[in-house]
Amino acid sequence: MVQGIPIYHFLVVSTLMFFIGVCGFIIRRNLITMLMAVELILNSVNINFVVFNRYLYPDQLQGHFFSLFIVGIAAAEAAVAIALVINIYRRINNIEVENVNEMKF
Amino acid sequence: MNVVMFYLLSGIILTFSLLSVTTRKILRAAVYLLFVLVATSGLYFLLNYEFMAAVQLTLYAGGIVVLIIFSILLTSHISHKFKHPALMNLLAGSGVAVVGAATALYAIFTHPFSDAVQPDVPVDMTAIGTQLLSTDKNGYVLPFELISILLLASMIAAIVIAKKGKQQEQ
Repeated sequence: MVQGIPIYHFLVVSTLMFFIGVCGFIIRRNLITMLMAVELILNSVNINFVVFNRYLYPDQLQGHFFSLFIVGIAAAEAAVAIALVINIYRRINNIEVENVNEMKF
Repeated sequence: MNVVMFYLLSGIILTFSLLSVTTRKILRAAVYLLFVLVATSGLYFLLNYEFMAAVQLTLYAGGIVVLIIFSILLTSHISHKFKHPALMNLLAGSGVAVVGAATALYAIFTHPFSDAVQPDVPVDMTAIGTQLLSTDKNGYVLPFELISILLLASMIAAIVIAKKGKQQEQ
């Protein structure tokens, strides 16, 4: 563990970051900025995993490996999401959420 | 020293993540996201997980942010400014965030975390590589294989989705 910093302070930072991401996901109306909010959420979860690993169970590396896998999954998700965004842009010429309702009808 | 660095990095993380979801220019939002991710890798260095910090720097700050910036440049004008969000959305978003954060913080501060009793294991490259590819107890070869299949599938899917169709080429 890190001398002088209680685990609560790390958890406060990651909690606030998670809910800033949630707030951004709700208020944003653009697909790419919504994707950025999702990256913020995933990143805060990573901090939580790593901090729990270091402070509570330093004899194993479970949190470390899980955050590694989450980073990989986030990369895959970003690649597919951006391919979708480019395809949508090609079809309807913008990427606002309100206009993406072609498949409804 | 560590304490000062921690509060500096947390300040950077919180400020820039707030700016990243509220700024009205999309390219600035991407750059603020980059600052958040780099400061997070600083937190991992502080916790002595050097490999995790390097992965965070290369994959997140190097890979995903570049991908996002490229797609911004492909799909929107740099000088374009967003409209202010609708009042309903703003209220709903900040309401959910405040209530959720209050609940989560209450749960965190009322839970007594017991300190670790076991000694630390060294987190060097040898330990990480051995555990990642071992099939014994504490081995992670199954998720490793799963994520390699997932990455292959998502790579093919991204190419197929972003490729132009036959009708559009004509």
